[in-house]
Amino acid sequence: MTTPGTGTPDPTRFTRRDALRLFGTGVLGVSALPLLSACTGAASTPTSTAAGASTTASAMASGSSSAAVTSGSVSSAIAQVGGTVSFGSNASDDVPKKAYQQVFDAFKKATGTTVNVNTVDHNSFQENISNYLQGSPDQAFTWFAGNRMQFFAEQDLVAAIDDVWAQVSADYSDAFAQASTGADGKKYFIPFYNYPWAIFYRKSVFKDKGYTVPTTWDEFKTLGAKMKTDGLVPLAFGDKDGWPAMGTFDYLNMRINGYQFHIDLMSHKSPWDDDKVKKVFQTWKDDLLPLSQENALGRTWQEAAQSLVKKEAGMYLLGMFVSQQFPTADLDDLDFFAFPEIDKAIGADAVEAPIDGFLVSKNGLNPQSTALMSYLASDEAQLIYLKSDPGVVAANKTASTDTYNALQKKAAELISSAKSISQFLDRDTRPDFASPVVIPALQQFLKDGDVDAVTKSLESQAKTIFTS
Amino acid sequence: MRRYSTADRLVLVLMIGIPILIEAVLVWFPAVASIGLSFGSWNGVGGVGAIKWIGGTNYSNVVNIDPNFWPALRHNLIWLVFLAVVATPLGILLAVLLDREFAGSRLLQSIFFMPVMFSLALIGVVWQLVFSPDQGLINGVFGSSVDWFGDPSINIWAALIAASWKHIGYIMILYLAGLKGFDPSLREAAALDGATASQTFFRVVFPAMRPINVVVVVITVIEALRAFDIVWIINKGTNGLQLLSTMIVTNSGAAGRVGYASALAVILLVVALVPIVGYLSQAFKEEKR
Repeated sequence: MTTPGTGTPDPTRFTRRDALRLFGTGVLGVSALPLLSACTGAASTPTSTAAGASTTASAMASGSSSAAVTSGSVSSAIAQVGGTVSFGSNASDDVPKKAYQQVFDAFKKATGTTVNVNTVDHNSFQENISNYLQGSPDQAFTWFAGNRMQFFAEQDLVAAIDDVWAQVSADYSDAFAQASTGADGKKYFIPFYNYPWAIFYRKSVFKDKGYTVPTTWDEFKTLGAKMKTDGLVPLAFGDKDGWPAMGTFDYLNMRINGYQFHIDLMSHKSPWDDDKVKKVFQTWKDDLLPLSQENALGRTWQEAAQSLVKKEAGMYLLGMFVSQQFPTADLDDLDFFAFPEIDKAIGADAVEAPIDGFLVSKNGLNPQSTALMSYLASDEAQLIYLKSDPGVVAANKTASTDTYNALQKKAAELISSAKSISQFLDRDTRPDFASPVVIPALQQFLKDGDVDAVTKSLESQAKTIFTS
Repeated sequence: MRRYSTADRLVLVLMIGIPILIEAVLVWFPAVASIGLSFGSWNGVGGVGAIKWIGGTNYSNVVNIDPNFWPALRHNLIWLVFLAVVATPLGILLAVLLDREFAGSRLLQSIFFMPVMFSLALIGVVWQLVFSPDQGLINGVFGSSVDWFGDPSINIWAALIAASWKHIGYIMILYLAGLKGFDPSLREAAALDGATASQTFFRVVFPAMRPINVVVVVITVIEALRAFDIVWIINKGTNGLQLLSTMIVTNSGAAGRVGYASALAVILLVVALVPIVGYLSQAFKEEKR
């Protein structure tokens, strides 16, 4: 959501949280309230605070012990540091907020450092990030990989953390290291978790109708046609909020033109009226739209997901957060396959899997924040957090998958087998281009299917934005 | 002319000076600053020195390149006309009817005013439940399959119904307050002269309610031009629901196109000033006569 927001900078999370809030998790009121008042006692930890925190700490200690054994390296690398560190969090929903608290409790146990969390409503945090970073930001804060991170690195608003990366780099695959690197080659970002975009389906539907998972574009189209004759909507689709169509565009583009072209296009090194982009839209129009659920512009992703839940639709291209819409009893029935190969020469080894993680603000670097970043990079911290959200997987490649459900295990495999990881259109390109320009343009295309008009419009607007 | 003592003068200076200062700092400075910013390119990072001055480029990009601008302007005008022609008169009609104090009129008043008090989030949920294409009330009850929020030729009307739902209650309460303060002897005189109910209203009540009428007109114009919340909840102001206000928000905030958003804000300011200044100067001119 992007939001709305806003402007919808990072619509993925934006609308998702937005929707959650609308349906009752209402937390606007508590935004910006500094949390953790109980722990302000800092390093000299009064006994009462310690007692309060210990119950939670021991509760999760049992769960994370298995993880700690497998890595071991991180906990031993962190010595007692003490003191406090401030942390700006956009995790304003109850569940992730509590999960972060458990992570910080464990961190305090390991290092003696208290984390003063400043939780801000998810949308407001993203809308105001520029002002926040230029004011008096917290030392460390939640953010995203990709262009959205590099932008602040270029503006000199965040601190390079190559020292931390030197300690943890063995725990991360190249794709994650790449996603954490600024344009100047320095490391700025600590990845925490991510989730893949893929084509989701219900195992029971595929079994009943005798469908098989397609791996090539032809197989996919045949399967779609078959679903149609079986009275199913082949591909659920909802684009009322504008950002889900970005995922469709990204995958078509990466399968037709490859990952490098995706990156070039996002930074406007390649123009939007290139024939390669036209081919993407043409394929979308000829092959995908006939299989997609109609009236997509009036439907939210949640509503589209419901048609998959109700077995009215056979497949749905979305992020793994689609699992939120499934009743717990049906979760085992949810499965996914990677977006099929379209061009043999390009292959299907690029995966769209946006990474959430942390940055250190410009003047925020000190022993405490360094220790926090190394801890957050550990599999231990990530697995503690993951218990709250079964829709994501740990970024640390050494994290044990023992506690994962089937979907998470498969997601971890898909991501680790990927040659390149894209961050989603609105995180890979400039924020002033993604929401204001791309969303309306894609929606216009979904309405009129005019390939020439959409590429021309995108290019003429890209020219005014990328040259400024 | 009266002579003022020093104390009087001091009080006067303080009482006029402080509001002017507050007004200048909180209203005029930002307004003038955004006019200034509209001639620059700035992503919101760094000081004033980081602004690249690009003259009228933002304005020409808005008008010539941005495919959302003309639809947005058109939608704002549709919004204005609809509120002025449909919603505001309905609100006045309700006020006149409820002014008669029949049994249950208090209850009806509260019901019609309720939408004004609802929070934004609640309004969003209510209308989402009504208009949702697959799971919505309307399509569910009538078995229709109208894409209320997705079809760009329909969704503006769906949004206008939701907006009017709120606007009617607002106008009603304003007008009702005016009617309560209306001198009953004028109405009696009209009745004695044999005027019908509608004649009484249009010939006697309405002209005598001029101060309220001015407020109602100004509020209608302002509501139409700052229309934002319902559209934002529906789809963040894209796909047939572009408005100048949603464009400003989309381009400012995290997008950080400060100059561009300022140019849009200036355009909105001008669009808002034209009818309001026009109407007010007309109204005051007539009063002087």
